[in-house]
Amino acid sequence: MAVVGPWRLAWRRLRRNRVALGFLGLFVAIVVFCLAAPLWASEVAHTGPNKTHTLEKIQAGGEVREVVNREGRPIGPQWLEADGKFFLGADGRLGRDEMVRLMYGGRTSLEIGFAAALLTTLLGTLLGLLAGYYGGWPDTLISRALDVIWAFPVTLLAISLGLVLAVGGLQIGPLHLSGSSLWITILIIGGVYVPYMARPIRGEVLALREREFVEAAEAQGAGPGRIMLTELLPNLSSTIIVFFALNVANAMLLEALLSFLGVGVQPPNGSWGTMLSSGLDLLTSAPLLTYLPGAMILLTVLAVNVFADGLRDALDPRSKVRIEAHSGLTKAESVEGIAP
Amino acid sequence: MGRFVVRRLLGMVAVLFSVSVIVFLVFNVIPSSDPAQRMAGKSATPRLVKSITEEWGFDDPLPQQYLTMMKKVFSGELISYFGRENVDERIVEGIPATFSLCVGAAAIWLFFGLLFGYLSAMRAGGTLDRALTVVAVTGLSMPVPFIAALFLNYFTYKTEIFPSGGYVELTADPLEWLDHLIVPWITLAILYIGFYSRVLRSNMLDAMNEDYVRTARAKGLSERRVIRGHVLRNSLIPIVTLFGLDVGILLGGAIVIEGLFSLNGIGQYAYESLKNVDLPPIMAITLFGAFFIVLFNALVDIAYAFLDPRVKLGESAQ
Repeated sequence: MAVVGPWRLAWRRLRRNRVALGFLGLFVAIVVFCLAAPLWASEVAHTGPNKTHTLEKIQAGGEVREVVNREGRPIGPQWLEADGKFFLGADGRLGRDEMVRLMYGGRTSLEIGFAAALLTTLLGTLLGLLAGYYGGWPDTLISRALDVIWAFPVTLLAISLGLVLAVGGLQIGPLHLSGSSLWITILIIGGVYVPYMARPIRGEVLALREREFVEAAEAQGAGPGRIMLTELLPNLSSTIIVFFALNVANAMLLEALLSFLGVGVQPPNGSWGTMLSSGLDLLTSAPLLTYLPGAMILLTVLAVNVFADGLRDALDPRSKVRIEAHSGLTKAESVEGIAP
Repeated sequence: MGRFVVRRLLGMVAVLFSVSVIVFLVFNVIPSSDPAQRMAGKSATPRLVKSITEEWGFDDPLPQQYLTMMKKVFSGELISYFGRENVDERIVEGIPATFSLCVGAAAIWLFFGLLFGYLSAMRAGGTLDRALTVVAVTGLSMPVPFIAALFLNYFTYKTEIFPSGGYVELTADPLEWLDHLIVPWITLAILYIGFYSRVLRSNMLDAMNEDYVRTARAKGLSERRVIRGHVLRNSLIPIVTLFGLDVGILLGGAIVIEGLFSLNGIGQYAYESLKNVDLPPIMAITLFGAFFIVLFNALVDIAYAFLDPRVKLGESAQ
């Protein structure tokens, strides 16, 4: 009888989950759409994401149309009437091409979502591993620090940091980040979610540490670094993978919120969140300017969430990662209410 | 037991102290955030800046500034840098709106979240389960400003079914209070219904495989009693913890929803203060929010320590 490893088994389960794969396809389509931004901008729309066309007129459908009319109302979707220019209309008084901005904005939102999720995942795993494995004072130090950040209302903390750093920028040693750098938003979003991952990981490490294979490795003379890397980490990998996917979803939602409030992505950069915010001024006259970026965020996060659920079902159906990522509670707390 | 409660409460105070220090440092250590400069305005004379600095004690050593501020927070004498108004009074004024928003939304999301989760679990794999899963995952993928904008546009601007915002005191006019809150409630609840229904569904499916459920069936209990008495009961335990945490977070203000629906609660005050980089209200509101988060967490822990004999007090008193 052929022996099937856990990864192969998970892959087989995932492959049978049509819904999860379908949404993965949707996610890939969105990524491709956003990556195609420069191509669309240069070949079809012939403009850039920040280029204004306030006083211009275009030829569309055999007539001349103003990009922004006298009342300041932007032109609506032209689809292909103007050869792809203003495919989705203009974005407001400045008359920028909405389609081009949507594609470039998506790049920003995705970049921040991925980079912040990666940061949360790396720091969360590292701190959870160190605290859980060493115990004693390193555990006390790390856990107390995590508890403090965890006690903050997470959006309020992110907004405060965004506000202060967007004004002053950030100086880390010789490295200076200006207030409009995307890295500021990435660091903030990646940072505030660390306790939500590190606490559950620490809880899992505490349980794993007592298992026989760790004892066996210790008896063979393996050092702490080796035990963490070759014994504990592989056992955490399915949790970490699902966590990463959920972190991307959370990070993208928080980015939208921060940018919407003006403390996330700063001009001249734009993201779906900043577009949502600027579209709101024209909600009654041109609701599409709010709905388009909003729907893009919703679809992307939805795709990530459904795929994450599929991953969880394939890797470890009984895992509680969704509760853990939402609340920062450990698995024991998520199942029993409190650590038994 | 007494010792456990005392330790838990002391831990709470320590966490809140650290939170206050961090907020204070964030707003003081970062460059270009000299409050005197900002209070004096763009075209201020150096003399004006200097007099504001002296008047407000911005040149005192940081620990002393921190102590003065905290003393004022707790004695109710804290004055904001910009409106020069009493911060604690503004927070107290905002409490009814914020509490109304939270309590109503929480009732809605708990009801529908648990109902959907229960139905999903009972019909796991069926059409209803799949439909509810779509609804649930869409809800938890929803960006707050987007759904608020959708509702604002359709329920208030276009159809004028509901007022476009503002808060009316419950005691002044209960019907108006309800009318003004329904849309914000639904907006906020949608974000949580999906999550709660997913949690209950997964917990119930786990519980159905447990030995105690098999035992209950084996001893001849009716399916109804097995589900109500054993599966549902055990699946609801973690929901209590989550609910405490989520309500705690929201009591500190649902910033975007309060702002967009002009509810004039704590969240909206937080947003206004953040725009002005106004430290005193931000400090007070953050502490207020953190207080509820820590308090609910401690209460849940203490409640479990009372209810669940398996909880070993020494270990859980972290």
